[in-house]
Amino acid sequence: MATIILFAPLIGALICGFGWRLIGEKAGQVITTAMVFLAAALSWYIFLTFDGETQQIVLMRWIESGTLGSEWAIRLDRLTAIMLVVVNSVSALVHLYSFGYMAHDENWGEHEPYRARFFAYLSFFTFAMLMLVTSDNLVQMFFGWEGVGVASYLLIGFYYRKPSANAAAIKAFVVNRVGDFGFALGIFALYYLTDSIRFDDVFAAAPALAETNLTFLWADWNAANLIGVLLFIGAMGKSAQLILHTWLPDAMEGPTPVSALIHAATMVTAGVFLVCRMSPLYEYAPEASAFITVLGATTAFFAATVGLVQNDIKRVIAYSTCSQLGYMFVAAGVGVYSVAMFHLFTHAFFKAMLFLGAGSVITATHHEQDMRNYGGLRKKIPLTFWAMMIGTLAITGVGIPLTHYGFAGFLSKDAVIESAWVGSSYAFWLLVVAACMTSFYSWRLMFMTFYGESRAHANGHGHDDHHGAVHDAHGHDDHHHEPHESPMVMLIPLGVLALGAVFSGMLWYKVFFGEEAAVRDWFGMEAAAHGDAHGETAADHGTEAATEAHSETAATETTPAEGTVVDTEAAPAEGTAVATEAAPAEPVATEAAPAEDHAAVEPAAEGHAPGVAPKGAILMLPFTPEEQAVVDTRLDAEKAAKAEHAPTTMINAAHVVPSWVKVSPFIAMLIGFAIAWLFYIKDPSLPRRLAVQQRPLYLFLLNKWYFDELYDVIFVRPAKWLGNFLWKKGDGNVIDGSLNGVAMGVIPMLTRLAGRAQSGYLFHYAFAMVLGIVALVTWMTLFGGAK
Amino acid sequence: MENQLLSIITFLPLVAALILALFMRGDDAAARQGAKWLALFTTSATFVISLFILFRFDPSNTGFQFVEERQWILGLTYKMGVDGISILFVMLTTFLMPITIYSCWGVETRVKEYMIAFLVLETLMLGVFCALDLVLFYLFFEAGLIPMFLIIGIWGGKDRIYAAFKFFLYTFLGSVLMLVAMIAMYLDAGTTDIVKLLAHDFGHETFSVLGFQVVGGLQTMLFLAFFASFAVKMPMWPVHTWLPDAHVQAPTAGSVVLAAILLKMGGYGFLRFSLPMFPVGSDVMAPLVLWMSAIAIVYTSLVALAQTDMKKLIAYSSVAHMGYVTMGIFAANQQGVDGAIFQMLSHGFISGALFLCVGVIYDRMHTREIDAYGGLVNRMPAYALVFMFFTMANVGLPGTSGFVGEFLTLMGIFQVNTWVAAVATSGVILSAAYALWLYRRVVFGDLIKEALKSITDMDRREKAIFAPLIAMTLILGVYPSLVTDIIGPSVAALVTDYHAALPADGAELAMH
Repeated sequence: MATIILFAPLIGALICGFGWRLIGEKAGQVITTAMVFLAAALSWYIFLTFDGETQQIVLMRWIESGTLGSEWAIRLDRLTAIMLVVVNSVSALVHLYSFGYMAHDENWGEHEPYRARFFAYLSFFTFAMLMLVTSDNLVQMFFGWEGVGVASYLLIGFYYRKPSANAAAIKAFVVNRVGDFGFALGIFALYYLTDSIRFDDVFAAAPALAETNLTFLWADWNAANLIGVLLFIGAMGKSAQLILHTWLPDAMEGPTPVSALIHAATMVTAGVFLVCRMSPLYEYAPEASAFITVLGATTAFFAATVGLVQNDIKRVIAYSTCSQLGYMFVAAGVGVYSVAMFHLFTHAFFKAMLFLGAGSVITATHHEQDMRNYGGLRKKIPLTFWAMMIGTLAITGVGIPLTHYGFAGFLSKDAVIESAWVGSSYAFWLLVVAACMTSFYSWRLMFMTFYGESRAHANGHGHDDHHGAVHDAHGHDDHHHEPHESPMVMLIPLGVLALGAVFSGMLWYKVFFGEEAAVRDWFGMEAAAHGDAHGETAADHGTEAATEAHSETAATETTPAEGTVVDTEAAPAEGTAVATEAAPAEPVATEAAPAEDHAAVEPAAEGHAPGVAPKGAILMLPFTPEEQAVVDTRLDAEKAAKAEHAPTTMINAAHVVPSWVKVSPFIAMLIGFAIAWLFYIKDPSLPRRLAVQQRPLYLFLLNKWYFDELYDVIFVRPAKWLGNFLWKKGDGNVIDGSLNGVAMGVIPMLTRLAGRAQSGYLFHYAFAMVLGIVALVTWMTLFGGAK
Repeated sequence: MENQLLSIITFLPLVAALILALFMRGDDAAARQGAKWLALFTTSATFVISLFILFRFDPSNTGFQFVEERQWILGLTYKMGVDGISILFVMLTTFLMPITIYSCWGVETRVKEYMIAFLVLETLMLGVFCALDLVLFYLFFEAGLIPMFLIIGIWGGKDRIYAAFKFFLYTFLGSVLMLVAMIAMYLDAGTTDIVKLLAHDFGHETFSVLGFQVVGGLQTMLFLAFFASFAVKMPMWPVHTWLPDAHVQAPTAGSVVLAAILLKMGGYGFLRFSLPMFPVGSDVMAPLVLWMSAIAIVYTSLVALAQTDMKKLIAYSSVAHMGYVTMGIFAANQQGVDGAIFQMLSHGFISGALFLCVGVIYDRMHTREIDAYGGLVNRMPAYALVFMFFTMANVGLPGTSGFVGEFLTLMGIFQVNTWVAAVATSGVILSAAYALWLYRRVVFGDLIKEALKSITDMDRREKAIFAPLIAMTLILGVYPSLVTDIIGPSVAALVTDYHAALPADGAELAMH
């Protein structure tokens, strides 16, 4: 079944892309859409019936060289199941939506075919994305990774006559390649150290990696951390995190359905997926994880600030995406991968919906994207308005505080923020501020677009929207169109996504961020290490723990396959010496452990037996004693004491944070809403005054912190200059001029000689050459023969 | 019969060339057409026979197969044979030659001679990959220059004479040193039989020349002499400057053969001679070669960014790709060498196709200036698709053969030197930049230029030329085991022998 899901979009893409001349564009569109809907239906079936056991399906051999082996294979576990649903559902809806959105496009002439190409690209993208999420090894993942990059490149540059679209497409690809550079080095390092690039082998080797040093470039690094950071550089590129984020806003040059599918719901979340997929590694790479947390939080904050002042409706949502991805990375960085996936899951619904809604607005206003030219659209496109409203309620996180009832974003975002509080106060505060800004720019978008007076006319764009008013006497307007509601084929996808935006959070809260046992079970992880063990770790050196550990070691021996369970429980208690040695669990070593002073025990207690990959789609280890000490100070002691499970894991700890922490995102959301209301409903002149008053800050934000300008100065121009310099000076003057000067001095002379001669001369010359060689060889033979 | 198969494929094209030279008279349309058909038929037949060889080839046997040995004039030995390393180069050559011939269907000047040149060239190239005797190898290797020299010099562009001489002198000067080294090898080993030379232990005791300590002794000296020749052929930075000039002036088919096959002789030489025969010398010089490769990748990629001539851009990109090859070879581990061979084969298809892509529009517009184009997609959708495919393959997109070679060589080098690996990996960023920028300027955009308004898309013949290249690029990208299964055992043997031959303190030697 997974195989069908994987290849259905590819088949659709091929038939549509190459066969549309035979079957017609319409048929091509229908086939691709049907194929993706098929894939989506099967994905939901898998998602709802999946039992958590990891399955692997090998399809074919791929790159093999010496000990390096990789296959085309499908890995089906909870992470894959989630991504299958996200990718295929959004893709199917976007396909459907595109029937309407791409029906008429003024970028193309009357008889120019473009729809089949568009649908083929969309389906190809879907296939590449599925390859990425179903891969069973890092190289296949890299295939999907670059495959979606190409699809993204093609779709951003879909309007290939527009120079801006072409530039944006190249930028997206090249910036992503910078990320891939890190990703590739990470893969090389993993292979170098673990002799494999298959996930299972890599995961099994992760504890050992944490104990290994690798000389990379100028220094020795801890292998797990180094690899973690290198892989994350790849994620930064794909998920548009700070430093490598510049391509995402420009990518809005592509048609809006593309923005919804690729640049909001699916491709850009691949980075988050990568980090979650590699969670067994990141659990042993605390510094890399900390880096992810900091960078994610900073991006969330940065992108939100820029989003505050943008005027292009799609760019606002693009920065919003960038910011929300930061939230996901924070969750992954602090070690609650399930929460990262939760936010990814809900975000896919409401963000795709916001984009598709924006597309509907853009269609309604005849390809106007500047929000300053909107206004008052609520009455004219009511269905779109309500869809956008639901999306906004979801992204800003509206819900009932301290309960689990609310829109999707309320549950998932609050889960991120609560976890952030436990993991890093830097991240927590930035995320709360970002939540406030999220609310502001989202409501700003709503108010500017749907409320107030229409500004279309005022700005001379000629879209006459005065009800029954006399038409513009000057007649410079060729098309007096009312904004009109989009066709059903576009509204249905909005409706379906709205369901997701409302309910997906509440429905799946339990399994992503509910009771730890439920989460573990859902992701197929081993049963948790529970609080009982923790209490002993911190204070107690009692023999109880020792005996316990001892008997459990015995269990490990008898049932090696289940060793994982046992060790997980034992881990916090004794942090066996085994981990330090990265050797298979030997009774001797373990027996020795309880005898040692517990305080000196290595923090890198293994969560699973060395040499065996942990069970389940993700790995979430309990806190180490050091972490636990820090965490305990941040929790609400009263709640923690009452809690059913001691806060020894991130999920349990996040449930017992102080109440003000839990309420803070809600308050931030209210503040953002209030300011937006003040600025755009109450006193619409306020924003302008503020912009004038705080001009430098305004420009700084409007120009996106000047990242593009900076990169142009430090990368793009020097590269071009250097290229030219090396060519003219390096190749021209130095190499041709001096290094090979002797040889080159001869050429002009020969050229002159030959220039005079007929080309027949060349034959003679060649003949002489042959003779020369024969003579040389003969001499050599005779000379040699004499010996 | 079986033992003469290699000779048959090698000399079949030569026979056809002789027939053309001796019996084909006249220069009317019929004669031209006849010459083309004969050449196409011969090269195709050669390919079919070589396929038969491939099927009979036993990859698990790491020795030479299809060996043919006989006495020749002047006491020389004629010895041919292939192993896992050379067989695929033979296949590459026989596969590409019919395509090349078919691509010059539009040539109308001196057609007969043109065909003769290519047929002779095929014989000589196949000879290089099959020869198992030093003298024989040298003959083929050097003589290969002549037809190429003529192809550039007679059918080339405006500055063809300059380019032809530059090409000739560069490669020839390198070869002179190689000849000296070959004589020295003969004196040391007493044989010119490559199989015996491979088993021979060349001295590697440090000695001093003119006060210079030569670490690795004779092996290093021999290595350097061969290196001079192969490095120029590859070409490696900084002796690469002949290549862009040669490409720019060469006719399309000439560029295809030059990029796709002739450049591979250098890499093949490293694998056949340098690594197995002079392991200590290789080990001493490896750090230098690795750095030259890394510099080549970044340097030529940057230079490619600045180009205004399509062919020059692709030529510089070729140099960068050959940088991965030398890097992989001198990483001297399984992934590196596998990757290097893979990269050479893949580059044969991809760069050949890219030069053909340039040829398609050059035939129509007679210019290679990038600025003369723009917006071709509007009138040439099929061309846009093909060009996009090979651009992406050139960039090393996973799923195309370009990825496998790059990936394996980088994987190989990472185990040896992370600095070189990091510098070389940055090449993937630059290659994306120059390749996509080229594509954008030529194919995307609005079609504004008046001259382009009536340009026509690819015809049936042009599509037929690209079809097999697309197929190979995809097949090898999706199922690279087709190649690695064949080369794997031979490469494993090569790598094992190489490391076994290094003295225990080899690592320290390399430090000097």
